[in-house]
Formats: sequence, structure tokens, C-alpha cells
Amino acid sequence: MDMMGLTAVELGKKIRAGEVTVREAAEAALAQIDRVESQVHSYVTIDREGALKRADEVQKLIDEGKLEGPLAGVPVAIKDNMCTEGMLTTCSSKILGNFQPTFTAEAVKRLEDAGAVILGKTNMDEFAMGSTTETSYYGETKNPWNLGHVPGGSSGGSCAAVAAEECFYALGSDTGGSIRQPSAFCGVSRYGLIAYGSSLDQIGPIAKDVTDCAAILEVIAGHDEKDSTSIGRESYDFMGALVDDVKGMKIGIPKDYFGEGLDKEVKNAILKAVKILEDKGAVVEEFDLSLVEYAIPAYYVIASAEASSNLSRFDGVKYGYRTGEYEGLHNMYKKSRSEGFGAEVKRRIMLGSFVLSSGYYDAYYLKALRTKALIKQAFDNAFAKYDVIVAPAAPTTAPELGKSLSDPLKMYLSDIYTVSVNLAGLPGISIPVGTDSKGLPIGMQLIGDCYQECKILRAAYAFEQTKGYARPKLVSADEKGGR
Amino acid sequence: MANIISDETIEYVGILAKLELSQEEKEAAKSDMERMLDYIDTLNELDTAGVEPMSHVFPVHNVFREDVVTNGDGSEETLKNAPLRKEQSFKVPKTIG
Repeated sequence: MDMMGLTAVELGKKIRAGEVTVREAAEAALAQIDRVESQVHSYVTIDREGALKRADEVQKLIDEGKLEGPLAGVPVAIKDNMCTEGMLTTCSSKILGNFQPTFTAEAVKRLEDAGAVILGKTNMDEFAMGSTTETSYYGETKNPWNLGHVPGGSSGGSCAAVAAEECFYALGSDTGGSIRQPSAFCGVSRYGLIAYGSSLDQIGPIAKDVTDCAAILEVIAGHDEKDSTSIGRESYDFMGALVDDVKGMKIGIPKDYFGEGLDKEVKNAILKAVKILEDKGAVVEEFDLSLVEYAIPAYYVIASAEASSNLSRFDGVKYGYRTGEYEGLHNMYKKSRSEGFGAEVKRRIMLGSFVLSSGYYDAYYLKALRTKALIKQAFDNAFAKYDVIVAPAAPTTAPELGKSLSDPLKMYLSDIYTVSVNLAGLPGISIPVGTDSKGLPIGMQLIGDCYQECKILRAAYAFEQTKGYARPKLVSADEKGGR
Repeated sequence: MANIISDETIEYVGILAKLELSQEEKEAAKSDMERMLDYIDTLNELDTAGVEPMSHVFPVHNVFREDVVTNGDGSEETLKNAPLRKEQSFKVPKTIG
């Protein structure tokens, strides 16, 4: 059996039916890691022993009838910015190079309670700051579709691990497109639930298909009193949205997302996909969203400001890296941070400290928060007319390795279609719609109104029914692709 | 409108950010920040007069709970991550003369 070609939900079924043991599934994933990891480098940490031990424990619980959910026994990879008790959690930074958390992140905990087997922690841009996974202290991750290209970022390791079939699904986080953009570059489905994030950050699934995304979301979503900003909702039924019917669904195409700067091949592939939804009965209309060019400047002010505050906790006292030699407390703070953080992280901490400093706070920080209010208003106006907005996930397919970091501003612009969703607190999903002439995947983004995850899942599911699952040559060379 | 970041400003931001930059890093930070601010200044094209700054999209307010320990005593595990410790404390350089 081509086990690694299964989706998470398919594998879960086989495990519950006794056709596959949890240990066999974990061993198959570890074998695939052995086969391709040296080429792709998706992981920062691989926990072989832990995964196999856990597999046997989960098997026992399944056999005893204590675990029966769709994800029970399915091996997963976790982005390295989510705490895992006793397992190295580095944020791909030197400053957390030896950090072993004493607790597990809630989303991960929920997966564990549902019977997940954690294979390891995936590579990312340092502290999720970047769009290519090249700012990781532990080396770059490569795109499984073409090893000369980046996987995107910041959840590039998670997306590459799913595409290279080194796990059955993964968790990522998305602050300005960090799940949707690399998912697009690696040809992976994504669903990020913004309604549960305090500011821009959110956790979401990265999976092989829309069904897996819905199943994972049902497990990780929910009110958590340990996160005072998490929000309860009436229904957590996402699998129910998987209906192959978009008749009468109103789809809006923002004209301003399809203009200058968008690669022709990407544009054509997405418009073709929209046509498929139209043929299935959706009502498609173009409209002017407006304010698109202001999303990135507003985003970088807000994200950098929050980062400068959030990253002040890394001071060499409680955990992580401390410099070897220092004179007094403040010098110890400064040297530990300067040696522990990489260039992109320092760049954003500096910008964030500046825009929050007295004299500039109103002109930059408050201005950005006012712009955010206007962007939210523009989306509110759009969702008064449309059920779903369709956009590219990124203006191009994955760039070549080593081409992005020299010009940060240009790299930031690659997030132009994704950051608005974080600013406006909306759910979004990126699904593969085809490949360009170089064979690199193209991602289409579906955006819904607040709490309307079910609508975008339904549209994504309906589209997915018209296409087979594409696999990179790296994994399908000896299997002729397809499932 | 080109922004100019002075040596004094970079010095000051470095203090706020608790970062010690080399001369080379300072020069790079200056030009990076000038470019970013030039770009961010496009926001000034927008008339935001009368618009309330939006820090959170949802109507979330302070959430209170009783200050009761529910996760047990994790002090030993927590201290294991400390770069330096002394008995049950984090050890830092002398701060008062």
C-alpha cells in the first residue's frame, strides 16, 4: 500500500478498521523522512523514539475503544513556534536553541487528545518573520516541487513536510499569510481560523485536502480560557460544510487583486478555477475592493510593533540563549539579544520600537490602526454582497532560493493578497488550482466573512471534486503520481 | 518625501529595542528603516480623520478570572531552562552596586 499517499482522514479510517496499525503509520512517515529529508529539510527536530512510543500508546487507546475520532493515530508535524512539553521548541532561532517548554500549546494539546502522534517540529522563518523560510537559523527548507525554489514562509517547513509526504498533516501559524502563501507554493490546502487569534497570529491546519482541513479544524477550534482573547462560537461543525454544491453562491472577484504585479500564469489559472465554480452554479461578479495598496504598510507597522513588544521577553534570564561574557545586567540583555536574533528579526524589532516611540506613535502606529479599520470596513461592504471572495494566494509561484532576502521590501510585497485577511480578522483558505510552466503549484485563496468558515470550505470542497490530487515528482517518481 | 534617520535616532531605537548593533548593522538599519518609512508613508494618502483606531476586530474586552493555581508547581521544570540558576532562583548579574 502507498500509505504516505493517503490523506489524514483516509489513514484514520484504515487505522480504526484495523487495516493499519498506528506504529506502521508512524514508521512509514519516518521512512519517508529518511528518504527525502536530506533534500528538503522540513524539520528542525525529529522525535523518532517519542513518536513510536506514542504510537503504541495511541494504538492501545484505540483498541480499548477510548479513542475513535477521525484523526486518532495519524502522525502530524508541528511548526516549531508551538510549545511542546519536553520537546525542543526553537522558533528556528538561536536564542531559543535549547528551549524545552514545560507545557504544550492548546491547539497541539487538542490534537494529542484526539490521538495525534507528533513526529517532530518543522522549520520556519525565525520567529515567523519572513516569507521564504530562509531566515531560519537552522538552514533553509527547499520546495519539494523544485528543490531550487523556496517553499514560501513562514510555515515553509510544515508545508514542505506535507507536500513531501513526510507527515500526513501539519499545523502552521499565519500572521500575514504564513500558511496560505507557502501552501500555495507547495500545493497544499490550508484553512486558518482568524476568529480565535488576538491580533494577527492564528494557528491553522496544513493538509492534503479540504476534508482533512475541516477534520483538523474541528479538533483544534474551540474556546480556551487560557487564551483570554479566544472567542466561543455556536457551532464547531466544519465537516458538515463538505457539500459538493455551490449553486447560487455569490463569489466576488476583487479587480484590484488581478491587476499589475500579478503573474499572468497565476492569474489565468485562478480565473480558470473561478470559471469551474461558475459552471457549477456559482454567481461570479467583479468588484472594486479598494485600499489594497495600504494593507502591507499598515500590516508591517502593526506586526513589527507587536513583535517588538512580544520579543522583549527574550532577555537571557529565564530560558534560551545567554551571551558568554557581559558587564552588568543591561549589557547582558543587549548582547544576548543581539547575538541570539537574526537580521530580519532585528530589523522588525527596530522598526516596531521606532513606530511605538514617543513622537511617532500617532503618526505611524495609530495611523496603521485607523487604516486597519478602513480595510475592515471595505471587507464588510464586500461581504454584504458576496458569500466568498476569490483571490490569488501570492502574486507569483515560489521564487528561487536566495533571491528574496536581499530586498526585504520586495519580499514583503509577496504578502499583498494575504495580509488583509489577518488585518480584517477573516477566515481564508488556499487550495492548489494547477501548476505554472515550470511545474510549480499555483494557489487560489478563498476568503469568507467572520465566522463564515463553512462557506469557504464548501466552495473549496466543490472545486476540489473537479481535480485530482497532484504530487511532486520527488515523492511520486516511482509511483506515477495520483492516488 | 524621503525619510532621514539620524545616528541619534538609531542609537535611541537601539536602546528601546535592547539591541547592540555594530557600526555596519547601524548603517544597514538606517537605510532599511528609511526605505520602510518611505513606503509606510503611503498611508498618508488616506484620509483617516474621524476613524477610530482598531486594535482588535472583535468586541473583546478584559477577561477576568480568580487568581487560582490550576497547573500545579512547575517551578523545577521551569528553572531547568534557565541559562543560570541559584537554588530556586534565576541568576542574573549584580544590578545594584
